[in-house]
Amino acid sequence: MTETVERATAIGSPVRRKEDAHLLTGATQWTDNLTVGGELHMEILRSPVAHARVARLDVSAALQRPGVVAAFGAAELGDLNGKIPCVWPVTDDIVMPDFPALATDEVRHVGDCVAVVLATSRYAAADALDAIDVDYDELPAVVDMEAALASGSPLVHGAAGTNKCYTATLTGGDYAAAKAKADVVVSRRFVQQRLIPSPMEPRAVIASPLGATGEITLWSSTQIPHIVRVLLSLTTGIPENKLRIIAPDVGGGFGSKLQYYREELLATVIANKLGRPVRWTESRSENTVATHHGRDQIQDIEICAKSDGTILGLKVDLLANMGAYLQIITPGIPLLGMFMYNAIYKMEALDFRCTGVFTTTTPTDAYRGAGRPEATYAIERIVDELAAELGREPLELRKQNWIRHEEFPFTTIAGLTYDSGNYEAATDRAVELFGYDALRAEQAKRRADNDPVQLGIGISTYTEMCGLAPSRVLASLKYVAGGWESCTIRVLPLGKVELITGTSPHGQGHETSWSQIASDYLGIPVEDIEVVHGDTGRAPYGMDTYGSRSLAVGGQAIKRAAEKVVDKARVIAAHQMEANPDDLEFVDGAFRVKGDPEKSTTIQAVAFEAFSAHNLPDGMDPTLSGEATVDPADFSFPHGTHLCAVEVDTETGLVRIRSYVAVDDIGRTINPMIVEGQVHGGIVQGIGQALFEGAVYDSNGQLLTASLADYLLPSAADLPNLVTDRTETPSTTHPLGTKGVGEAGTIASTPAVMNAVVDALRPLGVTDVLMPASPQNVWRAIQAAQGGAA
Amino acid sequence: MVRISVNVDGVRHEDDVEPRLLLVHWLRDSLGKGGTPIGCDTSNCGTCTVLIDGRSAKSCSVLAVQADGTRVTTIQGLANGEWHPVQTAFRECHGLQCGYCTPGMVLAAVDLLSENPTPTEQEIREGLEGNLCRCTGYQNIVKSVQAAAAAMAEGAER
Repeated sequence: MTETVERATAIGSPVRRKEDAHLLTGATQWTDNLTVGGELHMEILRSPVAHARVARLDVSAALQRPGVVAAFGAAELGDLNGKIPCVWPVTDDIVMPDFPALATDEVRHVGDCVAVVLATSRYAAADALDAIDVDYDELPAVVDMEAALASGSPLVHGAAGTNKCYTATLTGGDYAAAKAKADVVVSRRFVQQRLIPSPMEPRAVIASPLGATGEITLWSSTQIPHIVRVLLSLTTGIPENKLRIIAPDVGGGFGSKLQYYREELLATVIANKLGRPVRWTESRSENTVATHHGRDQIQDIEICAKSDGTILGLKVDLLANMGAYLQIITPGIPLLGMFMYNAIYKMEALDFRCTGVFTTTTPTDAYRGAGRPEATYAIERIVDELAAELGREPLELRKQNWIRHEEFPFTTIAGLTYDSGNYEAATDRAVELFGYDALRAEQAKRRADNDPVQLGIGISTYTEMCGLAPSRVLASLKYVAGGWESCTIRVLPLGKVELITGTSPHGQGHETSWSQIASDYLGIPVEDIEVVHGDTGRAPYGMDTYGSRSLAVGGQAIKRAAEKVVDKARVIAAHQMEANPDDLEFVDGAFRVKGDPEKSTTIQAVAFEAFSAHNLPDGMDPTLSGEATVDPADFSFPHGTHLCAVEVDTETGLVRIRSYVAVDDIGRTINPMIVEGQVHGGIVQGIGQALFEGAVYDSNGQLLTASLADYLLPSAADLPNLVTDRTETPSTTHPLGTKGVGEAGTIASTPAVMNAVVDALRPLGVTDVLMPASPQNVWRAIQAAQGGAA
Repeated sequence: MVRISVNVDGVRHEDDVEPRLLLVHWLRDSLGKGGTPIGCDTSNCGTCTVLIDGRSAKSCSVLAVQADGTRVTTIQGLANGEWHPVQTAFRECHGLQCGYCTPGMVLAAVDLLSENPTPTEQEIREGLEGNLCRCTGYQNIVKSVQAAAAAMAEGAER
């Protein structure tokens, strides 16, 4: 790190975003805004039923409709009908069924792709879908996971002979021995309802084969242009060096655009076949069935402890809904939580088991947090249940069992080594901001008064593993790819900078934060740094954006690339000033000869010298740039304490969040304004799961929540003003000291809210409430606890 | 086909349109007004919000023929030489992340403030209930609208 004078744009400053100007004036490049000329519009005939044999499919009548240029079913597409791969075969005996882009024999979920029409306008293509002649011989739907595993269940994939995808286990210590020593054992079944990620921008693609060199360009609303290129090449046979993938402005992802989708494959192969650009834009109703879903687990959790409150062990038995097919990392999602069930607590045994199950539903895959929210929910809920069983204050029980700050680094029962943390500091701050004791006093009064509106207090002292990920760890988990990130910094002849990152932002503000980091190391103003991203043609190496990895991993690459630039510039500057490189100091963008302040030059001037190359040291390559690809040494482990107070109307079941305090420790912050925004949004997505959202299938496999009229996203009016603060315990394994923040809020908030709801109702005998804690679900829980008919 | 005449962002456009054509599709596909995005198909999300004769409307719920004879303002026509105070406030208060809901949010806020120049926090939250955002948790959007209201009040006093 150079010694910099205080600058308004330095690391740690709330620099206003570079991204905002074009977004606030409508000068946006959403994929659906782009035109390349002469495109055909693709519309997709999707299965209206959950499970059927496609008895007959005839697309010929569609070809007679005005404006229709082509139509394809699986038969017409032939060898071009590629298969979507799964790149995370989590066990050796995992069942991995074929996943063709267009259904070949059976459809297996509502929304499965049956046929496509290509026409000269959006409306013409949509109209022509009606002309496709298709007969479905319906087969039984498979919706319930436990029924799917029962013998005699109808099969989602007949050839597999089972609806079980895999069973994975992780064992730490001896759970049976721990349980034998226990005075108290508490078991609960928690249900992680299925969620629909719902970024505000539905997906869209344009595939253009009109490149002068036979290159095909695919614009896609994706989080992962680099990974899409590899998978598109693997599944279409088009050489990777003929594919250019561009993620232009992308309107949110939350994991749902961490995917390689059927529509990307179809648009590409059809554009290539027809020699014309093809565009497809997802409608919201399509998005609800065609873009992957998240969560959907049944969690049987057992915790055992001594009567003094010492936690001894945890047993976790999961059923995880895969949906009808495996998307790229579907089976791995619940296992991303595998190491997180023990969370911040010391214990001597962990027994984890997860069974993946096929059902005739939309495939699941990553959704903000991906496995860690589920784990955090389970442990934070069961710790509250244990506290109730023991008659202990839940915060005190946590303190008794958590890893104390002086115990870091700490190797957990799941085998991870947490590098740093200070749970005491974050909790103390949260308790102070929350007014914990006063709220407990009010709660006691309402209970004593039998107030119909009860107050509940919920605690979530979470940690998570993010910054995916050390490549060797990914290998041990059987994930196919690595977890490194890349950055190239080019100082151009006139002193402006191109910072080329392999991350692919879609709302996170990378252009601003990355500029701040580079600016600090290079001494070049933020406004002179252009961040290039999301285009395999301009940013050739990258692992893209997901898993709170972009800063945690990509930030390291920025730092190292910048240091390489400065190192090279120092040698050139020393050569030109006839000094020893070691005698130069680099301050705020200028090299100065120590003790001779008259002799100095700027990094911008050095860049021109490197470009002209008239006077470089012997053997030095011209131009001033630095490239770095960094594989992280470890995950990073953000943590924090979230406290939520809810008022629950025991007569109507209505839950209202009264106050919410979040104190997060994400290590060093680059831009606190952006960090705070990430925390707000994350918390609200977690509140969405707790109180509002839930994808609902009927027993026939019909999605009943297939539009935003039926799937309830929280609005501004549903939410409180959040109180946020931070403690800062820098990561010791990441050179910038940063952790990750993208998912922390979502991971923390769901159990905070639900612990509060249950806490409010505990005097009524309620020990759990199904999510979302809608008035109906709350009322039912109260009725069930009171022995009424629910 | 039906002939319509609509003033969009200060420019008068005449066109022959299918009666079923949605205003948002006409804006986007015929006029190239890509600043107005589409987020749903049930008029729940509000990303396609524009001002029609100064009042906010979801342009996915309006037929192009219904806009005949009106003045439509999209996000691309809101700045009048300089940014509208609501645009400035969104940037200053980090009221946007991915930016997809932003045009609708900004225009809904402009309409809200024209009706109620001094809204309370709760009135802002309720006033923006028809516009969904998935990134910000709304907190900084509310803050942005409060800041814009203050700036506009100050501007009116001068």
